[in-house]
Amino acid sequence: MTTVLKGGEVVDETGRRQADVLIGDDGLVAAVGADLAGDRTLDCGGCVVSPGLVDLHTHLRQPGREEAETIESGSRAAALGGYTAVVAMPNTEPAIDSAGVVREILELGSKALCDVRPAAAITVGRAGEQLVPMAELAALGVRIFTDDGAGVQSSLLMRRALEYASSLGVTLAQHCEDAGLSHGAHMHEGEWSSRLGIPGMPAEAEELMVHRDIVLGRLTNAPVHFLHLSTAGSVQLVREAKARGLRVTAEAAPHHFTLTHAEVASYDPVFKVNPPLRTDADVEAVKAGLADGTIDAIATDHAPHAQELKESPFDEAPCGMLGLETALSLALTQLGLPIERVLALLSWQPARIAGVDTGPVEAGRPANLCVVDPSHQWTVDPARLASRSRNTPYAGRSMTGKVRHTVYKGEVVVLDGEAQR
Amino acid sequence: MKDLLSIADLGRDGIEEVLDLTDKFVEVSERRIPKVPTLRGRTVVSLFYEDSTRTRLSFETAAKRLGADTMTFSVASSSVKKGESLRDTVETIQAMGVDAVVVRHGSSGVPWQVANWVDASVINAGDGWHEHPTQALLDCYTIRERLGSLADKRIAIVGDIKHSRVARSDVLAFTALGAHVTLVAPPTLLPPSLEGWPVDVSHDLDDVLRKADVVYLLRMQRERMTEALLPSLREYTAHFGLTRERFRLLGESALVMHPGPMNRGVEIAAEVADAPNAVITRQVSNGVAVRMAVLFLLLAAEGETL
Repeated sequence: MTTVLKGGEVVDETGRRQADVLIGDDGLVAAVGADLAGDRTLDCGGCVVSPGLVDLHTHLRQPGREEAETIESGSRAAALGGYTAVVAMPNTEPAIDSAGVVREILELGSKALCDVRPAAAITVGRAGEQLVPMAELAALGVRIFTDDGAGVQSSLLMRRALEYASSLGVTLAQHCEDAGLSHGAHMHEGEWSSRLGIPGMPAEAEELMVHRDIVLGRLTNAPVHFLHLSTAGSVQLVREAKARGLRVTAEAAPHHFTLTHAEVASYDPVFKVNPPLRTDADVEAVKAGLADGTIDAIATDHAPHAQELKESPFDEAPCGMLGLETALSLALTQLGLPIERVLALLSWQPARIAGVDTGPVEAGRPANLCVVDPSHQWTVDPARLASRSRNTPYAGRSMTGKVRHTVYKGEVVVLDGEAQR
Repeated sequence: MKDLLSIADLGRDGIEEVLDLTDKFVEVSERRIPKVPTLRGRTVVSLFYEDSTRTRLSFETAAKRLGADTMTFSVASSSVKKGESLRDTVETIQAMGVDAVVVRHGSSGVPWQVANWVDASVINAGDGWHEHPTQALLDCYTIRERLGSLADKRIAIVGDIKHSRVARSDVLAFTALGAHVTLVAPPTLLPPSLEGWPVDVSHDLDDVLRKADVVYLLRMQRERMTEALLPSLREYTAHFGLTRERFRLLGESALVMHPGPMNRGVEIAAEVADAPNAVITRQVSNGVAVRMAVLFLLLAAEGETL
């Protein structure tokens, strides 16, 4: 059966044009043009048809924390958010640090509602001591290695990891946090941590490691990707590194350009996240970094947690918040950027970092597409999210812009805002 | 008002209402039978996740003097040890039909979470490093009792401000009542940011003492040494302890206060703690009356009088 996406405006890295998109029964785009017809017609009037979104930073929790999320439920949330590919973070239980676990993710991912690309840990068990078998995992398709959840503390080990990885065509991604400076902290250190009596981590805990890894990247000539930049200082360090021509890329999460540490005054652990919510000035710096190209991608850091864990005292609760189903709306409305810039940050730019083929919308390419209604108004209801968890910091917030349809390998996995399986 | 979580909930008028009401309960406490039946039939439960015999006994005495029934939920010997969540614990207590829950917890913010889950009144009896509002109220009462008013008084709070819930509540309460507050501590024991705090900061205790109407000493905890916040207790005492020599810099009418328990010889010299202008035991006895006033305000029926 062929499907035509009718009446939308196609937006991709080549530009914007009014065109229908015909999807063949082979899962590829068959044609892009005017007045196309197919067996089935999906109304895309008033919508933008974009290459599918790509999330560089998704915690799918499987294996190990299936009560919080599974590859199936997380991929459903992703599809509803417009994603056709997600990079699954390796801080599972066990960690993604061996061929066996990578194969398990790929096997489960093959039935998912989007492409699931496992990232692997840099060190065995994310313990920061011994390198994982990077060449073996790279051969299985792993493109990103990270100990996310923690930074690699040893400068020597990080240097070795970068050197070793530099011949494999993979990228090391760092969660930048100096564990000594952030020891015992549960939020950003500053005005609010002082007032609320919660131990804080200074922005410098992040910036120290950003600086270290820029330097180590220069030393080893290996690419470094910076996960979830959250401080003005980090953004400036990456801006300067790029200006010097160093091989660095960076991402930022929607909560770091929409929320500040003032939210913690509610003591609701739904606002506990790592890196923590920062200041207004940091929010503005992250936005500026996204606008001027310093930051290459918006990545969700979708981090589901079981409700009972998020009802613990603030200092005992785990870090993380949901993101897959709200990222696009926030990016469309909070950044003040034209939609083609927003989609670049959500789709083709992260795709290049992840090694995902998300090219222009043209005949012969895989039909991984998302159809966005930029004016659709909706309200975030945690109970209606597809994630198995409920820890969205945007509960009750009204949003503008929503995914109408998502097409993955030619299959309409989201139709009129509803997941089809 | 349903709950007392922060001094900020009260504001200046609310604090003064509590203090005015406390006068009446001080009078009750001095009777031969220091008891009134105002809260007969009401149940107050103390839920203490942190040992604090002094504060717990003070609240329970206050509740009993108002005729309320009291229950103690002792965390050490309870279902919490078996892994029960905070929410399940408070919902279980709520299901027993209680009117007020007095919460002490080592984590900042827990009373706010509890207040979201229960209909009963929640009283913050100390949360982490954050607040201890009834301590601040009894401190205000004690100062007012001795000095007539807090307006324009110079109050020095000395010691480990960073980790102190007493300091945070006292700063809010003292400044709301018009006092000038100076924090005196080494930089490692101050909060990382004092943005929005209406206080002065000094690292020179001698200088501050010469002008102070009240010097409020905080307990210096020994574990601060292992966190590299201080080189040694000896060095702390030498620079920030209220030694006998330093005590002489204080004016004769200036008050010496401490929330207890004291480390005699560390933040306060033994002789100073027993000096006539040290009002430390008076703080304790006023604590019961202040907590009676708080329970009365939160639990007494509309229009009820003493």
